[in-house]
Amino acid sequence: MATATALAGQASAGQLAVHALDKSYGDPPQRKRVVAGCSFTLARGELVAMIGPSGCGKSSLVRLLAGFDRPDAGHIELDGQPIDAPGRERLVLFQEAALFPWMTTFDNLLYGPQARGELTAQTRAYADLLLERVGLRAFAHKYPAQLSGGMQRRAELARALINQPKVMLLDEPFRGLDALTRELMWGFFAKLLAESSRTSLLVTTDIDEALYLADRIMIMTNLPTCVRAVIEVDLPRPRTPAELSSPRAIEIKRQALELLTEEASRSFKALRDA
Amino acid sequence: MPVDRQAIRATRRAAISIVLFVALWELGARSHSWLVLPTFAPVREALGMLGFRSERLPWIGAIPAPSNVASAWLTMLHDAAYWRSWGESSLRVLFGFGTALLLGIPVGLVLAMSRTAFGVGFPVLELLRPIPPLAWVPAAIIFWPTQELSIAFVTFLGAFYTIVINVIGGAKAIDPRYLQMAEALGASRWNVFRRIVLPAALPSIVVGAVVGMGITWEVVVAAEMISGGSTQAGEAAGGGLGFLIWSSYVGGSYEQIVIGMISIGIAGLVSSALLRKLGALLTPWERLR
Repeated sequence: MATATALAGQASAGQLAVHALDKSYGDPPQRKRVVAGCSFTLARGELVAMIGPSGCGKSSLVRLLAGFDRPDAGHIELDGQPIDAPGRERLVLFQEAALFPWMTTFDNLLYGPQARGELTAQTRAYADLLLERVGLRAFAHKYPAQLSGGMQRRAELARALINQPKVMLLDEPFRGLDALTRELMWGFFAKLLAESSRTSLLVTTDIDEALYLADRIMIMTNLPTCVRAVIEVDLPRPRTPAELSSPRAIEIKRQALELLTEEASRSFKALRDA
Repeated sequence: MPVDRQAIRATRRAAISIVLFVALWELGARSHSWLVLPTFAPVREALGMLGFRSERLPWIGAIPAPSNVASAWLTMLHDAAYWRSWGESSLRVLFGFGTALLLGIPVGLVLAMSRTAFGVGFPVLELLRPIPPLAWVPAAIIFWPTQELSIAFVTFLGAFYTIVINVIGGAKAIDPRYLQMAEALGASRWNVFRRIVLPAALPSIVVGAVVGMGITWEVVVAAEMISGGSTQAGEAAGGGLGFLIWSSYVGGSYEQIVIGMISIGIAGLVSSALLRKLGALLTPWERLR
């Protein structure tokens, strides 16, 4: 346990600053503006939830933050350094599990270090430890197809964490899991992310999820997207499912839902008037 | 285990249908011996009216009976020439298919990964691919110095196209997120190729190989028939199972034709099964779906 936190602490969490990001897709005349003048900052070590109506451009934002796409305007800075390409300091957990099917769980974990030529006995020990932390030690030599959905997500988290990224970008990582597994995953991820103290951005459509995990909630506008509002989630930690029914939690939820409904209905209006 | 009962039933059904098939074949082939009996007079009349010969059933009455085939086969098993035919065809298949694999996989991968290579290579491939390999036989005989090389070339073509198309398909269908993840984690291009692209495309490569193997056998047999039938002056006959069938036809030993056909069927079955087994060993993660 001490080793994990010690190893984790070696790479510090990063601060991600986004300034006036602009992004459009497609060729004219179908050119669609997806992100418009979006600005926000993720402070070191905090977990921010990004909630918005479906299809509002959250995934596009994640792609920009991860470096898979370049913005048309504005810039992104990690600890003051501009970023324009993918890198191990900003790792993404996609909506559907992207474990390499032809590698065992253990090999999946070791892939990052191996690819960079950083595979040492210490790394292997860390991998073993991480597997223990996510409860998949017994499945180290199984293939992803032999793991359930929840297990795959946990394995992916471990695969990301071993590279000690400064920022974790989680794009609806619990989508498609049943309600019970989801709640279990929340507990897992909350503990692990807190332990490794990464800066994290969690994209989700589930307010309960945001309430459980996040320090702050960013409500996003409809297309083209930018930050509509920021709500502090000043609920005590560690959070429990019971905490979600406290008066403060309900108040936050009400606020968030109000804003979200407004944004969501705007998209329907646009469809109707189109 | 409940699965066993289903398997038993399926095997029993298969056995019955095969026995029935062989029995009907035997009866039909020997029709000249039972059709003459007085009970079948109306059948003979009907045949006569339809314009067929009435001392045996049409079509099926002319083919060799399975009992004759079986006894001829037993004799052939002692004949060295028969096993030599097996060897000759198998070597040709191995050579042609092996070359197709060795060339087809890299070509397919290069075409899939490089847009320039694809733009240059794919149109030419698609122009040549519709030409059936057997249509190449005369050109191959003219172009290649030996008959063996001409057969090898034609055999190679059959499997080559299939393998390349499947490799391209497999490599292009790789989930882009795998490539994104590898890039983000800092993998070099070579690493991405070796640890992501190649394994991801492997199942498609195996499919291409298995299908290509079947095509190879088809082409070998036909090529042996064609070039074996037209031996060039001074050169020994090509040999092989295809040639066996053709020379049996020319020589009038119809049982041997059937023996040749069944032998090729068995050869194709065994080689495909071996390939599939090998493919499964190379892709252990696919079995677990």
